[in-house]
This record gives sequence, structure tokens and C-alpha cells, in this order.
Amino acid sequence: MAARTPDGPQQDTVRSLLAELWRDRLQPSRSGSGRETPAGRLIHGALFVTATLSAFVTIGIVLVLIFETVEFFREVPFIDFFGSTKWSALFAEKQFGVWALVWGTGMIALIGLAVAIPLGLMAAVFLSEYSPPRLRAIVKPILEILAGVPTVVFGYFALLSISPVIRDIFGQDVGIYNALSAGIVVGLMIVPIIASLSEDAMRAVPRSLREGAYALGSTRMEVSLRVVLPAAFSGVVASIILAFSRAVGETMAVTIAGGGNPQFGVGPLEAVQTMTAMIVQLSLGDTPTTSIEFKVLFAVAMTLFVLTLGMNFIAQWVSHRFREEYE
Amino acid sequence: MARNFFTVMRSSAPTRTASPASNQTPSGQVTAPPPNMKQDAAAGVGVHLDPNLEAVRHDFTEEVETALQLRNVSAFYGSFQAIDKMTMPIPRNRVTALIGPSGCGKSTLLRCFNRMNDLIPGARIEGEIEFEGRNLIDPNVDAVEVRRRIGMVFQKPNPFPKSIYENVAFGARINGYSGDMDRLVEDSLRRAALWDEVKDELDKSGLALSGGQQQRLCIARAIAVQPEIILMDEPASALDPVATLKIEDLMRELAEEYTIVVVTHNMQQAGRVSDYTAFLLAGEERVGRLVEFGPTQDIFTNPIDQRTEDYITGRYG
Repeated sequence: MAARTPDGPQQDTVRSLLAELWRDRLQPSRSGSGRETPAGRLIHGALFVTATLSAFVTIGIVLVLIFETVEFFREVPFIDFFGSTKWSALFAEKQFGVWALVWGTGMIALIGLAVAIPLGLMAAVFLSEYSPPRLRAIVKPILEILAGVPTVVFGYFALLSISPVIRDIFGQDVGIYNALSAGIVVGLMIVPIIASLSEDAMRAVPRSLREGAYALGSTRMEVSLRVVLPAAFSGVVASIILAFSRAVGETMAVTIAGGGNPQFGVGPLEAVQTMTAMIVQLSLGDTPTTSIEFKVLFAVAMTLFVLTLGMNFIAQWVSHRFREEYE
Repeated sequence: MARNFFTVMRSSAPTRTASPASNQTPSGQVTAPPPNMKQDAAAGVGVHLDPNLEAVRHDFTEEVETALQLRNVSAFYGSFQAIDKMTMPIPRNRVTALIGPSGCGKSTLLRCFNRMNDLIPGARIEGEIEFEGRNLIDPNVDAVEVRRRIGMVFQKPNPFPKSIYENVAFGARINGYSGDMDRLVEDSLRRAALWDEVKDELDKSGLALSGGQQQRLCIARAIAVQPEIILMDEPASALDPVATLKIEDLMRELAEEYTIVVVTHNMQQAGRVSDYTAFLLAGEERVGRLVEFGPTQDIFTNPIDQRTEDYITGRYG
């Protein structure tokens, strides 16, 4: 029996077939709208619109903000806005010192963080490292529901439940509207953000790292706090900054519980007003759209926007800078 | 402190023969050869630990202390039994290899030694592992303390996302080491044969090292806690041949000070590095059992059990 030669017509067919396949691979017809059916084109278009819509809306909002802010600064000098700490936009003698509002916002947000960071991180450590899986399966969704409670409810909770306690502790001359009460309730609102996102970050730490630490004679506490938490640091920091952004942007609860009195340099037991609460106040009334009260609304909103944008950049930078790649 | 000495019967001498033979039978357990014992080899040579278990123990001329003494150790994951009634010694300051096909319970057994299985919900150990006079699987024995005394190196290098220095110092810190940390780190890295490669970049992340270096860092990390025993779970299986050779050399060196137990899939590796070998096998029901234990040389050149010979010669996967 004669040996078959490897080269034959079959071989050639295979080769040309492979070449054909490769040509298709190398020149994918992604933009081949020529082959697309009308229905396909319609869907393609619809998907494109939805994908870009939110981007356009954002750009639109920013443009409106910039436009109206520029209008505002035509009438009010820059120095009156950023160089003053007195705010009285609705009085006859108008003052637009935005620092009075920044003070209120900053104080409430920081009180909120002071409440939320310990609570949120402890909850995250518990859920990720201590809790049996079944308990976590129940607790975590409940925690996330907390984030879905309407913020107006939190506002009244602050007034009716937190403020009385604060007055019991610090004396009855403390007003029912105060920054501490608003700050605590904002803190409770952002606990789920910190707990949930930090827990995700901690659970993403590979099991092998935990085993390595246990094998060196670590207790569960040492594994949690000295290995898992540092390894998840970037995610934890990102969750805190996101929570801070949320606290800065929080509106309803602080409008209700904060007091509506823009004051710079006051303590946490005084009434304050945040930027968001001021925007609510300005836009609720019958403020004419050409008035200066209307335009300052945008200047305040712009300040808020720049602030939260800055926070987001910091969050990005921190989570990038301190990212610990474990694989 | 209990000091068990192996007794001696067989003439074949392992590499580090210490004392002369003292013709004694351990606990008088000589029994008839089991069904699958090779007839020629069984002529008065093999000694059964327990006739029911069909495990064979070679006798050897070396007089060695035991670091661990296993007695009827069984392990379970929930209702699944992973290993069944294993009885054997782990000789002190020697390298003991646990070999056997996949799923025979080697890693499970290894993780019994430092109570790592405690971390798995539903895992359970029965029997006795005697360590310095105490049964270390007793629930009253603190698993954290056990793990400090019995270190572990894992299959895949798992350095912490910290600096090289902090990786080594970590275990010492959590155990309250109060001496000169710089010296401890240097000493541990030297003993892990890594110092010369990393001494100028101790602040660099441990994760920036190559795989082989990472594994040696993990060994340094284990040494820094000053354990008595180091368990290694296929420590070179994720490494290239050169890095593997370095780890193997290291194991030989470390055996002078530590007791080493290594799980390996690699027969040549077991042959190269270990003084003693335990061959484990799981039957149809997937329960791992000890088939044969003895000096590596004897297990490899003159196995008593037919199944050991089959495995050594490559007739199992």
C-alpha cells in the first residue's frame, strides 16, 4: 500500500478555507451598515440615543449652570460672593457671602461622616468577616433598604427623635433646629453607602490573603483589621468619599432639620443653612426669573457642583493611588 | 513532653542514619501480610499500624523524635468524609512528603495539622494529633496558638499587599515580638534565601516580586514567627523549574532547624527533598486513607504495598 502524500487537493481546500476564515476575522464588519436591516438600524439608533442622552443632559445642566452663573457675576462682584461670610439674599439689603452656606454644608457633612464612618466600617467588617452567610443574606438587603427611605422621613426623624435627645443632653435652650441633629441623621442616611460598598471591597479581597494571615497565628480581629481592611483600602476610601458627596448634596433632611439660618462660624448646636437648603428656599418662592435672587441660585448650585466634582476627582485619585493589586 | 522514638527493624539505611539498629518491634504489632501486600517484600518486613486499615509502615534504622504523632485522624466536610483514621508519625527536623493522586486527602490532612480546616464551615476532625504532649485538635486548644507554632506555606504565593519588610514583620508583630525587628526581618529573609535579592528594596511591595521570590517571601514570613513545624502545600506547583529548584534546596536547608511537611504531586520532588514519605490513596468512595509510610528511599525503591508501587511507577493518574 502506497503511503499517502500529505499534500493533496484536500489539504489545499482546508488551507483556503482557513484563509477565508482569517480574512473574516481580520476585517470584522462592525460598521457594515450596508447589511443592516431597517429594523436593525432603528434599534441601533435608539441604543445610541439612550447611551448618549444622559451625557447630553449632564452637559446641558452644566452649560445652564455656567450661563446663569456668569449672568449673576455680571451684577454681583466676585468678591462679594466668595469674599464674604454674610448671607441675606432675601432681605432688602442683600448680601451673598457663600461661605455662610458652605459652613453649614461642611459642618453637617462632617458630622454625618463622624457618625457614618465608624458605624459603616464596623457594619462592613462584621458583614464581611464575622457574620455567617445566612445572617449577611438578611442584613445586607435591609441595610440597603435604609438607603431607599425617603429623605423627608429622615428629616422628620431628626426633628422628632434626635433633636429632643440633643436638648435633653445639652439643655433646653438648644433649638429644635440645629446642625448636630441634621448631621446625625445625614450620617444615618449614608451608613448604607459606606457599609455596603466597603463590604463589597472587603469581600473582594482574595481568600488566600486571609488564609495567609490566619496561618501566621492571627486572630479574626487581626485578619480583619490588619490584612483585609488595608487590602480593601482604596474601595473603602472611595465609599467614604462617595458618602461625603451624598452628604454634601443631601437636601430634604437638612432643609427640614437644619434650621434655615445661614451663619458662618457657629457651633453644631446652632441652626445653619446648607447650600442645598438655600436652593430649595430660593426656588420655592415666587422668585422672578430675572431677579438676582433667582440668579444666585445658580451660582450656589455651581459652587456645589464644583465641590462634589472635586470630591469625585479626589476619590478617583485616592482609589487609584492606593490601589493594592493582589493578583 | 512526650518523646516518641521510632524503632528499628529494617536494614535499608536512609541518608541520615543516626543510631544503630535496636531490633525491636514497635508496640508488637506484627501481623500477617494484608491481601494487597506484595508477598516477596512482606517477608517479615512490613509492620502494620492497624490490621484493619491495611496501612503499612516501614521500619527504619534512624532514631528520630516525632514532631507530631497522628492517631486515627479522620476529617469530614459536613457529611463527606475526606480522610479516614490515619495513624503515622511526623519525624522532627526531617522533611516528610505526603504523596498520592488528586483527591486523596493530602491537603486536607496537612490543614488538620494547623487547624486551618476550622475556618471552613462544617469541617470537623476526629482522632488525635499529638504535639508536644497535647492533642492539637482538641477544641480546648487555641487554634491561633497552634498556627503560630505550626506555620504554613500555600500552593499559590500569597504575600500581603504590603512592603517586603512588613510582610515578614507581620506575623512577629501580631504575636507581640518585642526584639529587634530589623534583625528578625533580615534573618528570616536570609534563611529563606531571599535577602540578597531584596535587601535594597525592602520598601517595595511584596507583590512586585516574581512568583518564586514571592513564595520565598512567604517562607520568610512563616519563619519570622519562629514556628516549630512548617507545612507546605504544593509550594512549587505554581513556579517555573528554576524557582522550584530553589524552593527545594531551601526545604532541605530548613529541615535542619524545622520539621517540614510537604504535600506534592511531583514524585521527583518528593524523592529529591523528603526523608520520609506517606502515600495516601482514596478508594471508590473517595475517602482518603494512608497506604504506606516510611523512609522515602524505601517507599520509592522497595514499596511494600502493590498500590504504592503502582503509583510510584506511574500507573495512577
